[in-house]
Parts: sequence; structure tokens; C-alpha cells
Amino acid sequence: MKKRIIAAIAVGVVAAAALTGCSSGGGSGSKTITIAYESYGGKQMQNYMSRIAKQFDKKYPGYTAKLVPIQAAENDYYTKLALMNKSGATAPDVLYEDTFLIKSDAAAGYLAPLDNNVKKWSDWSQFPANSRQAGEGADGKLYGIPMGTDTRALWYNKDVLKKAGISVPWQPKTWNDILDAAKKIKAAEPGVIPMNVYSGKGTGEGSTMQGFEMLLYGTQNQLTTSSGKWVAGSTGFKDSLQFIHNLYQGGLGPTAQQALDPNWGNQTPALLSQNKLGISLDGSWVSSSWGTAGVAPWSNWNSVMGQAKMPTQDGAAPGATSMSGGWTLAMGSKSKNPTAAWNFISLALNKDNSLYYATSNQNIPVRTDVASDPTYVKSNPTNAFFAGLVKITNFRPATSSYPAVSNNIQVAMESVMTGQQTPAAAQKVFDQALPQAVGGTKNVVTK
Amino acid sequence: MTSLTRTAVATSTTGRGGATPSRPHRARRALGRTIPLIPAIVMVAIFLLGPVIEAFYGSFTNMALTGAAAQNTTFVGFQNYVQLFQSPDFLQSVWLTILFVVGSAIIGQNVLGLALAMLMRAGNKVLTGVVGTLVITAWVVPEVVGAFCAYAFFNGGGTLNAVLSIVGLKGPDWLYVLPMVSVILANVWRGTAFSMMVYSAAITEVPEEITESAELDGASGWKRLIYITIPMIRRSISTNLMLTTLQTLSVFGLIYIMTAGGPGTASSTLPVLAYQEAFKFSQLGLGTAIAVVMLIIGAVFSVIYIRALKPEVD
Repeated sequence: MKKRIIAAIAVGVVAAAALTGCSSGGGSGSKTITIAYESYGGKQMQNYMSRIAKQFDKKYPGYTAKLVPIQAAENDYYTKLALMNKSGATAPDVLYEDTFLIKSDAAAGYLAPLDNNVKKWSDWSQFPANSRQAGEGADGKLYGIPMGTDTRALWYNKDVLKKAGISVPWQPKTWNDILDAAKKIKAAEPGVIPMNVYSGKGTGEGSTMQGFEMLLYGTQNQLTTSSGKWVAGSTGFKDSLQFIHNLYQGGLGPTAQQALDPNWGNQTPALLSQNKLGISLDGSWVSSSWGTAGVAPWSNWNSVMGQAKMPTQDGAAPGATSMSGGWTLAMGSKSKNPTAAWNFISLALNKDNSLYYATSNQNIPVRTDVASDPTYVKSNPTNAFFAGLVKITNFRPATSSYPAVSNNIQVAMESVMTGQQTPAAAQKVFDQALPQAVGGTKNVVTK
Repeated sequence: MTSLTRTAVATSTTGRGGATPSRPHRARRALGRTIPLIPAIVMVAIFLLGPVIEAFYGSFTNMALTGAAAQNTTFVGFQNYVQLFQSPDFLQSVWLTILFVVGSAIIGQNVLGLALAMLMRAGNKVLTGVVGTLVITAWVVPEVVGAFCAYAFFNGGGTLNAVLSIVGLKGPDWLYVLPMVSVILANVWRGTAFSMMVYSAAITEVPEEITESAELDGASGWKRLIYITIPMIRRSISTNLMLTTLQTLSVFGLIYIMTAGGPGTASSTLPVLAYQEAFKFSQLGLGTAIAVVMLIIGAVFSVIYIRALKPEVD
């Protein structure tokens, strides 16, 4: 008898544990909303989100904003977020969502449309029309409120360039000018990595966007035609891979092993600050890594680091190119409390907090009132340069198949940078994989 | 074993009724014996059979992590498999997986494990104690820790090159130049202890009289190994081969931490490829198809072992 009672109690305990496990796994009672975002490397994002959560708890008594920082490099962040979204028990109420994933995540049913919410939001008029498009799904509905945008260009260490006999300020006119500078650095300073271009699967979307597309969009070709078809077999694609080949196989870049490390993106700001890297093709936000909350605090960065526009392949008009992306705040479709989730989003992106985000995370603001705010303009000496690139910038193809194509580009880059394939062979592999990635040959044109 | 239970049950029935069990009786008894097994069967069905069936089904769909297919998963027939078998990456992965299994499990762990077991039997106590501890340490540490150790050892600025530089040699970046060799050696290092323990136990079971009489007949060490020891521990060899093969086939963490399947695709075995397709490239259906192929390869290996080393009646 006694044994039976003990057994019954044991079963009860296990069942109770299982049940509480389930409910705590949900984490979102009706009064608690969860906010998932990437917190990796520096503390900028964590500071921003904690600030909003504090304001939220105060402004909406009884509600709690629960922060779920995901500590993962960019590629893993997307995976973890997608896995969280798959189950109602773990899907967050508010997501920090990259613009390039909006369309595919909206198609997956992970995001809730926000059109009705912005109708009643007086701040929405501050968001210019072109920035609103970044948050739209393929069905034309709005799924993400843009937090800011970014541009990309060449960052260079003036000390390293001067030592190699290159006069600063430096502005290359063609790809060859860049490679010539890298060769000079290699010859003059053996311990220095002449130039970094992100490449391969390790740095994920960073490789595609900061690396490959910054090259490709400076050629006569792009990823898609103006009618939205994906381009296979273009000369520009092969030339861009050839640049990667010349850089990595010519010993002008980091070793392939360094560049394939998923944490490489966090290491380059430190290498630049230590005069161990000459030139880096990177984003407008890099200087935030040298701030006090960044991965490599460096008070002197502004006098040592210079910025140059990324030239087109052979200097063709408009002479330089750039790519723009950006992040949004989106609402999870499985949110049990959409009102509170929207309250959090609108609070996080009001003027004050947008200004904080733009200055602390070095983002180019989209809100017109923030962009013209003297605090923003004065906060960082590079703001004018990077904001100036907006007029020559390009955007990634806005379709839900983009992430799949991006993966194939990273595969091609990796096989070229490691010398496993020639640029032509890697392009052939890409061309073969393209129809599968974009939903059939009907969406592909061969140049 | 069977006869033992039968007698025990028979005794108890005799104790109760005394009559010989009739047919319905026997059926009831069989049912009675099955009841204690039900929880185990249910567990296996839910946690093993269920996922296997789901994986089979998933491999015929376009299930995805994101995009429209994540919401409306549809049945696509053999499309995933067709795509796999047309892809040079997949065929290369199959080859690398076989290389990894044969190199690190079948040859490396088994041969080294058997050799260690034999040597430890002959060696002195202190030496065997030290060697045994060192070998088993690699087995005891968690996979992640073991993999980091191996990474630190083979890395360009790692232990191996530091040791080589003492004697004036400059080693390459092993993980980059010889990725497959590095992960195979790491897996041999990690897994040999298991084989060694299995074979140590098996060898102690070999009756000493037989070895001694062979020795008297003038059989050399090699001959005794081939004609006495190996045939007598044949069944342990079969079991051990099967276990190490299946374990090695599914090694993921070790390779992922050391090389992440790279550089390029140079060490991308099937588990790494499946992870990449499913979780990096969001194509869950395709990743599942790779998992199913692994399941089949494992089954083929198992059948081969069971057939080849089938114990004759003895």
C-alpha cells in the first residue's frame, strides 16, 4: 500500500513538472510579452532593448516586457528565430527582423500585418515612402517597422596606407586601384592583412551583401533584371568571383580559414584598430564597435580611420556603388497580446528612442525628424559620408527566394576563396542551383 | 534464459492450479508476459519509431523553416531525393562519410582498440594503468570539450605545430590543409577507449589453456592472434564494429566544431550536410531526406556485419 502511494506521488510530481514545463516554455501569459533580438559582440543592442523594456514596464503598468536576447552570430540568429517561430509556445511577440527576411517570414506566416496599427499611429508620417517598402511582404501588407538603414563602403586605416606609400585621403576609381593598394600594403607590411572582403558561409549574409553584392552591383549586371527575373551566367557575376579569387588566392586578403570563422565580423574592427588590417569593405555601423559599448573600444578611431566610396568595376557611372539593408521590429503572428506588442514597437521607434538607436548603433535613421536632428548629425563624424551614399545605393532583390539565392552565393564564394573551384566553375554550380532556389526556370534568364 | 523463465512460470502455475496449461491459458499467459513490456514498447514507438516515420514522411515534402513552404508544406514525391542524387555535393558527402567511418571507426578505433587491449594484457601494471587512464579520458570528456581540444591541437597555431616547431619543423594549418585526416584522427582519439574496453573484456574470456597449448605447439604471437584470439572473440568484434560504425556515422559535433564541414565542402559529411541544408538553408525536407539516406547506410552496414560475422553454432 505504502509503495503504491509513493508511486502515485511520484507520477503526480512528474506530471506536474511536465505541465509547468509546458507553461513556462510559453513564457507569455497575457500580461507578458517576449521580445527576441540578436545580442552578440557589443552591448549596443542590449542597452537599447533594456532601455525600451524599462520604459514599457513603467508606461503600461501590469504589463511586463520580457527580453530574450539570442546570443548567436548572424546566420545562427536567423535559424534560432525561425525555430522559435515554428511553435506557438516559443514564438516571440516582438521580433528584431532583418529586412531581407521579411518577405520569406511573412510568407511562412510568422509575422502579423501591421497596417491597421500604423493607421492610428501619428508618428508614421515621419517614415518616408521608400523606407516603408522595406517592411512590406510580397502581398503588399506591412510586416515590419523599419528601425534604420545602412550603407556600405571601404574603411581604411590611414597609418597602414601611409606606411605603404599610398597618399590619404584615398579614393580608388576602379577595382584594380583597390587591388593595387592591397599589393602595396602586402609588399611594405608583411604582418598586415592588406584587405578584408567578407566571403563564404561563415559570415553568412554579411558575405553576400558586404562582399559579393558590393562587387556585383558595381558591374554591368545585378542579381535580377528590372523585370524581376534572376540572372544566370552574367559576366559581372564571374568578374566578382574573380575579384574574390584574386584577393584570397593572391594572398591579399585574410587567410580563408580566418575569413570562414563565423566570428570574423567581430574581429575585423579590432584588427583595424591594431593596424593589422589595411582596408575593409564593411558597413556604416562599424564605428559603433569602437564606442565604449562595442567589441573593440577605440577612442582615437576617427583620426586613424578613413572612408572611401566603393568604386564600380572600371569606374563607369555613377563611379561608386553601395548596398542598403536594415532591420525592423515586427510582430509575431502567434502573439497572444498584439496590443501590448504593438505598444512596445511604437514605443521603441518613437522619436526619442529612434534617435538613441541611430546614435548608439550607428544606423542611418529613416525617420525624417531623427535624420535632421542636430544630435544625430553631430553624433558621429562619418554620418554625413554614409548618409550621402543613400543616393547611389542599391537594395537586395525584394522576394522571398532571396535568402536561398544568398546561400548559394556564399557557397560559390567559399569554393573560389579556398581555391577549390575556378570562378567559372563556381558560377556554373550557382547557375545550376538557381532555378531550384527561385521556384523554377521560368524565373531565370541566362545572359 | 528462455528455459529458465519457462520453468519459473511453470512452477508458479503448478503451485496455483496444478493442471497443465491449456491453449487459452497459454494465450493468456503470453499476454500476461507482454504487459510489463508495454510501457517500453510505447516509449520506443513514441520517441523512436514516431520520429523515424515522421522523418520518412518529411523527406517527401518541401517542409521549410521560412518562406511559403513553412506554412503550406506540400507533398513533393521523390523530388528531394532526385535533387540529392544529382548534386555533386551530396555524392561527395556520401564518399566523405564512408571515408570517415572506414578510417576512424572500422580501421582506426577497432584496430587500435584491439592492439591496446592486447598490449595492456601483456604490459606491466603501472604502464597499463597510465595508458588506460589517458585513453579513457578522451572518451569521458563531453563531445564539445573533446572537439575543442582537438581543434586546439590541430589548429594552425595549435599544440601540434607548437611541438613541431620545437624540432624545427613548420607544420601547415592542419584543419585547412588536411581537414579529413584531422577529423579522422580526432575521432580515433576520442573513440578508441570504447573499443579497447570491449576487447579487453572479450580477451579475458579467452581460456588461457587454449592459448598456452597453442604456444606449446609453437604458434607465434601473430598466429595465436589470427587463429586463436580473433576467432574466439568474433562476436565481440561484430558487436563492436556495429556499435562504432553507427556511432561514427552520426558524428556531428566533433566535425562541426573542428571544421564546420569546410574549408568549402572538404569535410562535409552527411550529418554536417543535413544540418546545413535543414537549418542554415532552411530546407527541412531536403535535410530530412539526407537523414533518411544516413539511416539506410547505417542499416546496410549493420546487415553486412551481422551476415559476415554470423556466429556458427558453437
